Amino acid sequence: MNSLELSSLYQLTIVRFRLLLREPEAVFWIFIFPILLAVGLGIAFRNRPADVLPVAATTPQLTQALARDPGLSASAMDEPAGAHALATGNILLLAIQRPDGIAYKYDDTNPDARTARLIVDRDLQSAAGQQPSVRVTDQLVHETGARYIDFVVPGLLGMNLMGSAMWGLGFSIVEARQKKLLKRLVASPMPRWQYLTSFLLSRLAMLVVEVVAFLGFARLAFGVPFRGSLWQLALLCVITSLVFSALGLLVASRAKTMEAVSGLMNLVMLPMWILSGVFFSASRFPAVIQPVVRALPLTAAIDAMRGNMLQGLNLSQMLVPVTILLAWFIVPFAVSLRIFRWR
Amino acid sequence: MTATATNGSPAAPPPAHANGPSLLLRGVRKAFADVLAVDGLDLEVAPGECFGLLGPNGAGKTTTIEICEGLTPPDSGTVELLGLNWATGATQLRQRIGIQLQETQFPDKLTVEETLRLFRSFFRRGISVDESIKTAQLEEKRGARVGTLSGGQKQRLAMACALVGDPELLFLDEPTTGLDPQARRHLWDLVEALKQAGRTIILTTHYMEEAEQLCGRVAIMDHGRVIALGTPQQLIATVGGEDIVEFAVSSNESASADPPQTPLDPAVFTAIAGVQSHRAHAGLHQLSVSELHTAVPRIFAALREQGLHLSEFRTHSASLEDVFVRLTGRNLRDE
Repeated sequence: MNSLELSSLYQLTIVRFRLLLREPEAVFWIFIFPILLAVGLGIAFRNRPADVLPVAATTPQLTQALARDPGLSASAMDEPAGAHALATGNILLLAIQRPDGIAYKYDDTNPDARTARLIVDRDLQSAAGQQPSVRVTDQLVHETGARYIDFVVPGLLGMNLMGSAMWGLGFSIVEARQKKLLKRLVASPMPRWQYLTSFLLSRLAMLVVEVVAFLGFARLAFGVPFRGSLWQLALLCVITSLVFSALGLLVASRAKTMEAVSGLMNLVMLPMWILSGVFFSASRFPAVIQPVVRALPLTAAIDAMRGNMLQGLNLSQMLVPVTILLAWFIVPFAVSLRIFRWR
Repeated sequence: MTATATNGSPAAPPPAHANGPSLLLRGVRKAFADVLAVDGLDLEVAPGECFGLLGPNGAGKTTTIEICEGLTPPDSGTVELLGLNWATGATQLRQRIGIQLQETQFPDKLTVEETLRLFRSFFRRGISVDESIKTAQLEEKRGARVGTLSGGQKQRLAMACALVGDPELLFLDEPTTGLDPQARRHLWDLVEALKQAGRTIILTTHYMEEAEQLCGRVAIMDHGRVIALGTPQQLIATVGGEDIVEFAVSSNESASADPPQTPLDPAVFTAIAGVQSHRAHAGLHQLSVSELHTAVPRIFAALREQGLHLSEFRTHSASLEDVFVRLTGRNLRDE
């Protein structure tokens, strides 16, 4: 036996690794699931060369005029068939020939339908002989970083760090408490701080694998940009993981059964899944609840990661989210150390 | 001592308690909500002793042992182990005692060896992992995951975890509860070997055979108090006879085991030479008898004189169970 074998902190940490890696479900949720999710979203939201908007018109002349535009796919329909196609989402807009002109039937709350309205109107006006009053040319830019996948990858990263840290700590601790292993450990000379520290250490080591695998995949498969400094991104991941480890510890600090801790865990995470802007921008929520949304640790983490990856911001330019994160680390950690139940 | 300081630290300091008791309890009390779990307990265990706390479930054995182990603080009273107390000497004590708790479940997915390595790492000095595996006779299971072990093997692993620190004082809380008879014997052999090696052991059990077999001295507990204390032989001697005769009678020809209509006069039996005492419980008469071979024919004769027919009859050597029954009027396993 060498001195490392005899170090209790090393043994506790290595035990955490063994227990995690011997749990196939855990390996799936932590390492495989986020990649699958990114693949799925990447496919669903891939940017097509140029979105072709399906529209319809009630006369062959109108249909012909619209079909000439590569941005539209136009078909001829009578009014009832068109209304049905609109209702079922098969077309975005129906152009109806009326004696006194043309009526556009579309849903103005749908951005695509509004776009279709603009294009259709332009095409029909010019078919009717209208000349543009100003000469314009289009200069097309296809910039990575502005796509949905670029937006969603930092969100998924934050969500994954939250899930793996909270489940990882919460479940293991409550299981050890339920099986009286915690009690047995405190009956031994094990320093208590080492038990909790071993969770953080194994989490951080796991983090390297988790983050590198996920971001590496996002980079290679989708060309997601990394505009900020990589070590600052790494630091953000570490802080985020510590924040959710502390929350996991807090959630697990008194719970006695797996059912109780699962419930608490979902109670803590559910609002963040919804509000923290994983899949869409958190700024879409009403202004009234914005202070709450901004104060959530996952919102802060994802904002900071998006700032780093997509806008190339420095940590010093993101003091608000970083401060929020640090507060979410210190307070739950301090509270859970106070109220932790060892038996 | 088989101690080997494998981590290069200086040899352990000599025991601070010199020749004092390994364990000393004075006036220890502990109440949970409105239940008085331990009610003014005094105990003293000498170095090298194997001391048993015997009693039914709920007698306060586990609370007592957990107070000794520093896991439950007593409401009042003093607790001293190896001359130290938990308030000031906890760090040192944790290094010097070994503990096996009643229902620890070690992680299923760790192997026997990994579990022991973990526990070994908590102690500054102690025996090697190999040695602990050998002591607990788990050599064949060394690489097996804990989840695949039998109940007896798990219990031996718990024992090995308690031994890796080469403890001066070993606490075993119901080490054989829930084990089949063979696994129990196996564990007894293990405790026997530890006793031979001169280790001080304190164990709780609700099996009287276990206490009789393993313990040099036994404290019988009931309702948080020690109701009898001594060697198993001394305690059994208090029953009055070496053997116990149990029988049921019926007054008519039918061999029903119903109790007779008119209660039998105990004097009929206590008058018989060799019968020390009489007790009736649920239609069963119990006599403690000192010379079985001469007393039994006389008991038969007395029953015939009363016109009574035996529907049941058996004898056994007096045990700690009978001590408990005599002291409390209940059986150890009634609860």
